[in-house]
Amino acid sequence: MRIWPIFKKELRLYFTSPVAWVVFTIFLLIGGYFFYSIFAFFTLASMQSAMNPAMGRDLNVTDSVMRPLFSNISVILLLLLPLVTMRLFAEERRSGTIELLLTYPVRDGAVLAGKYLSALALYAIMIGLTVLYPGIVMYFARLEWGPVLTGYLGLLLMGATFIAVGVFASSLTENQIVASITTFGVLLIFWILGWSADYAGGTTGKVLQFLSILEHNESFAKGVLDTKDILYYLNFTVLALFLTLRSLEARRWKG
Amino acid sequence: MIEVEHLTKNYGLVTAIRDVSFSVAAGQIVGFLGPNGAGKSTAMRILACFMPASSGTARVAGHDVFRESMEVRRRIGYLPESVPLYTDMRVAPYLDFVAEVKGVPRAERRRKVADVMDRCLVAEVQNRLIGKLSKGYRQRVGLAQAIVSDPEVLILDEPTIGLDPKQITEIRSLIKSLAGQHTVILSTHILPEVSILCDAVIIINKGAIVAQGPIEALVEQFFPTARVEVEIVGPPPAVRDRIRAIPGVLSVQDQAGTNGDGRYVVEAARGRDVRAEIFQMAAQQRWDLLELKRVGMTLEEVFIRVVAGEEAAAGEAGENPRS
Repeated sequence: MRIWPIFKKELRLYFTSPVAWVVFTIFLLIGGYFFYSIFAFFTLASMQSAMNPAMGRDLNVTDSVMRPLFSNISVILLLLLPLVTMRLFAEERRSGTIELLLTYPVRDGAVLAGKYLSALALYAIMIGLTVLYPGIVMYFARLEWGPVLTGYLGLLLMGATFIAVGVFASSLTENQIVASITTFGVLLIFWILGWSADYAGGTTGKVLQFLSILEHNESFAKGVLDTKDILYYLNFTVLALFLTLRSLEARRWKG
Repeated sequence: MIEVEHLTKNYGLVTAIRDVSFSVAAGQIVGFLGPNGAGKSTAMRILACFMPASSGTARVAGHDVFRESMEVRRRIGYLPESVPLYTDMRVAPYLDFVAEVKGVPRAERRRKVADVMDRCLVAEVQNRLIGKLSKGYRQRVGLAQAIVSDPEVLILDEPTIGLDPKQITEIRSLIKSLAGQHTVILSTHILPEVSILCDAVIIINKGAIVAQGPIEALVEQFFPTARVEVEIVGPPPAVRDRIRAIPGVLSVQDQAGTNGDGRYVVEAARGRDVRAEIFQMAAQQRWDLLELKRVGMTLEEVFIRVVAGEEAAAGEAGENPRS
């Protein structure tokens, strides 16, 4: 399996084209704004509770800053990750480079793995940059590292799923815009499924809740590691990658 | 080295190639010739393992392109017609990537990439973005990626299309230098290119092979006569009779596009040169001999005869096969 050269090439392309830089800039700009407003609000709340000790009992910096921050970051990811993954196959199909890539002595699986891992690596770097925010919090207050770490693990798993869906959509079309809108649409549907869980009630409600991509991320930010949530993301990822592999093979048959 | 048997490819209801069979010996350069849309690219894509055939088999170096695709892909270098390259990459890193994907060991990679950049004359642009290169350079980078791993077989789809005359000459001499150690199959619709480069030619039209073999053999097969063009001032019927009387002459006709103003085409048995006799005859008759020349049969005429003949047979209006 020659994954490594493909991985290197894709990661290099992210950085030689402006894609990586633009995505990083926008992500940090919005993430930074969210962090600032959440942190400023928390500062205000702590000052008020300094005058009212009863209120201060429930004040917890991990819960009140990091949890909403993680949830806000996942909204940015919903919007940004489809734009990161859209080029992976669609661009190669549009420019015809796929014709060369698929006649090199590499298996489809290695091509897919290299491309998927490159987007995952870019994403890991991206959320790695946000470590600055808990760093700042830690400077001013005592932070519990456990929930922060599980929160990051949750983000990583959720991002891995988003990227897998994005890669699949990209393998279906040669139009990058179609790929990104499809990804965004699919993710958004799985995102809002959970909203109707409350009034659907019963088994339907439970199923909807279980399918919701957002629901599974919440326990991570609380510091809870649940196999159910981890398996959900892993299964989702594997299924999307499997379908991608099928769609690559189907292209060979259709010609 | 390459064996193709009864290859057929359908795209839905459209048949791109139909029952195509040919073989190429190791070290040969073979030209794939045909009008646009004849199925050249389809045949090459199947050979390059990009897509499977609908039926029939193709083997490269003894390996089936479908069942042992990896073995075949390790042995080929392929240049598609559109020369698809990663425009956001620089030349040297791109070639390094291709060499790595094709499994060139790390120890040899730097040397091989440098070597191939020298051979393809792209060393001076190695740090430029491929997207910023001129068409000629891009074509050469495309050729470089095909030969960087020293494959046994090269499949080049229209390697000189869109180049200026100087670049065409350069690319041709590069391809010529590959003969012997590599088996090359190249497609083109530029006829002189085939005469210059190739040992043998396969002419394909509307998805089927209409002629194949070494160029001389094809010329001989389609033009079994020697042809001479003459211009003589004299009474046409008498001139025709006199020429026809020369031993070995098979036929005398007015040249195409003229109406009896003294220009004739003389066909004689192959290997027979009737020019001296025509001159003597004209001198004896005291007719003025204005022009006398032997016409060499070229591949171009074979091509036109084969392809146009097919089209005439199919009862279709003649679209210029050379365009």
